[in-house]
Amino acid sequence: MLTIIGIWLAAGLTIAIFSFLYKDNPLYKFAEHLYVGVSAAFSIIYVWAFDVWPMLVDRFRTERGVEKWILIVPALFGLIMLSRWIPKISWLSRWAIALTVGIAAGLGIIGQIQGILIPQIQGTMLPLTTINNVILVVGVLASLFYFYFSLEHKGVLKGGARVGIIFIMIAFGASFGYTVMARISLLIGRLSFLLRDWLHLIR
Amino acid sequence: MELFKRLGTIDRRIIYLLVALVVIIPLLLRLVLPIRISEPVRRAYEAVDRLPPGAVVIVSIDYDAASEPELQPQLLAMLRHCFSKDLKVILTGHWALGLPLGEIGLNQIAREFKEKKYGIDYVNLGYRPGYRALMVGIGREIRDFFATDYRGVSLDSLPLTRPIHNYNDIDLLISLSAGQAGDEWIQFAGARYGLKIMIGSTGVVAPDMFHYLQAEQIEGIVGGLQGAAEYETLVKHAGTATRGMTAQSTAHILIILFIVLGNIGYFVMRRRK
Amino acid sequence: MKREIPLAITAITGILIVVTFFIPHQPFGGIQQRLLFWYSIVLGFTYLLGINSLVGSHLKKVQARHSGWESSIILLGGFLITLVTGIVSWIQFGTPFLLGSSFMYVYTYMIIPLQATMFALLSFFIASAAYRAFRARTFEATLLLIAAAIVMIGRVPIGAKIWSGLPVIADWIMDIPQMAAKRGIFLGVALGSIAMSLRVIIGLERTYLS
Repeated sequence: MLTIIGIWLAAGLTIAIFSFLYKDNPLYKFAEHLYVGVSAAFSIIYVWAFDVWPMLVDRFRTERGVEKWILIVPALFGLIMLSRWIPKISWLSRWAIALTVGIAAGLGIIGQIQGILIPQIQGTMLPLTTINNVILVVGVLASLFYFYFSLEHKGVLKGGARVGIIFIMIAFGASFGYTVMARISLLIGRLSFLLRDWLHLIR
Repeated sequence: MELFKRLGTIDRRIIYLLVALVVIIPLLLRLVLPIRISEPVRRAYEAVDRLPPGAVVIVSIDYDAASEPELQPQLLAMLRHCFSKDLKVILTGHWALGLPLGEIGLNQIAREFKEKKYGIDYVNLGYRPGYRALMVGIGREIRDFFATDYRGVSLDSLPLTRPIHNYNDIDLLISLSAGQAGDEWIQFAGARYGLKIMIGSTGVVAPDMFHYLQAEQIEGIVGGLQGAAEYETLVKHAGTATRGMTAQSTAHILIILFIVLGNIGYFVMRRRK
Repeated sequence: MKREIPLAITAITGILIVVTFFIPHQPFGGIQQRLLFWYSIVLGFTYLLGINSLVGSHLKKVQARHSGWESSIILLGGFLITLVTGIVSWIQFGTPFLLGSSFMYVYTYMIIPLQATMFALLSFFIASAAYRAFRARTFEATLLLIAAAIVMIGRVPIGAKIWSGLPVIADWIMDIPQMAAKRGIFLGVALGSIAMSLRVIIGLERTYLS
């Protein structure tokens, strides 16, 4: 019974959102605001259940000695992050932000060099023995040329950038094609739900 | 000329209605077209298929309900493949709002394979914030971040996770990604620790994965609903993706028709001016 | 104090993380692991930041009966119900995430349809945009349009039915020219990102402190 009520509720909400296609209306507004409220509360439970509780509270109960008391440091950083709520001391949140920015930047440098630069350049060092390999190498270099703004695009650079834009446009076209595919898939998903789970018109 | 003028001012709601119809009709008629397997998906399938029984696979739920129609069928097909090959599955994820989708999928497929037991054949670790920090940290010791599974049970008390400490104990990672998480897995777990990675992604993300495949940084790509349909075909279990591909085809044809019509109108009007 | 300490924290943590990559053994390995663990905890708190202002602004709207206050009641109601079901499920099952709990009921029958449908709307907008705005005005735009059309039709089953060569061409576009351009773009992004990270660590880039 609960499942049936749930499916009707989900179908109602789906139709409420789709009603926006006709025009903006109270039903859509209702669904939209409900979504924001429900998602916000969901995030709170999530942070508590998967962050604060297992990583701070649980560990504080089970750890001993230094490992136990050092947990006060991240807890403090977490709390001062919330100081943004209080304008007078909101500057304190910069400490917590600085911690996350510093770590993310440090990781980013290594990640980009080791995960992108080196392997991607290695992947481009192909023997120019097939047409595809030649196109690939030319495409990578020309695309890089296009984004090189330190020198004016004249002469060889202009030619390179011109070839680059051809490759870039093909890439954007392919991405657009895939994006259309993705958006239509989402519609198929929702309409399948209505036709299958709600109306039982398809299997 | 009048026709093109009128076509140019067509109400958007008529366009919407046509889009809805070209999706609904093939779904109602249950039309199914044969699925052609592309190379990136075949490689992804083979990466799972060649693992020996007992190998451990991490499945990372890096999407939420916004991409559920594309990635949930991928998850189901891949879990079916893993369980049929007697692989062990560890579920985690980086998208807070999406992780329950992983749990729903895992439960659904585990029910199909009745002999599969939680804690022995599959475990759900849950979620921790931190993306790249987590990915790098797990390379040293998984317990530093996940001392327990999502229900609060210690990893040391579950037979599957007891011997697992870091990526050395993992045979393959599958990231089902609707955003940056796939890239981060490749950069921070693949490049740094040599972890084998296979990407399942939305259609939007898929084109940004091909350069990783060419550079052999990933094992394969399963992209969008089409990728899911291909994987379903390979595991010989047609699901929502396979059934949706006819509607996908008709919708694409309609959109191409829109582009052609729009352009004919544009050129006719331009010539007239 | 208000700027110097955060700049020092960023520099020290950033440098430590980079150094640990080259010297992974103790003490650096242990320090990095601790920093990463802290990062994970602190990041969780950032998710809470927006919620205070969201709930606060809608509460004010309801109290002042500003236009649209009825919608704000829905938002606050949804917020409260989800929060309560989360807490109740947690007490009841030891975790709010057990399938069958009231919290997961809210997820399955409210969050999934709402979020998924919100994004499904985009399919209609992209179709409308294709009709109204996707014009072959220039050579570049024509290239984009042709590539899009070939990929769109070649990557779905009907493409092979129309002409068996279509999927082959679509695959080639994805594997060679598309991939080459994306590689060029991502190499550029990587260089830019490395430069930006270095600027952050040495304190030249300070916008995050504002």
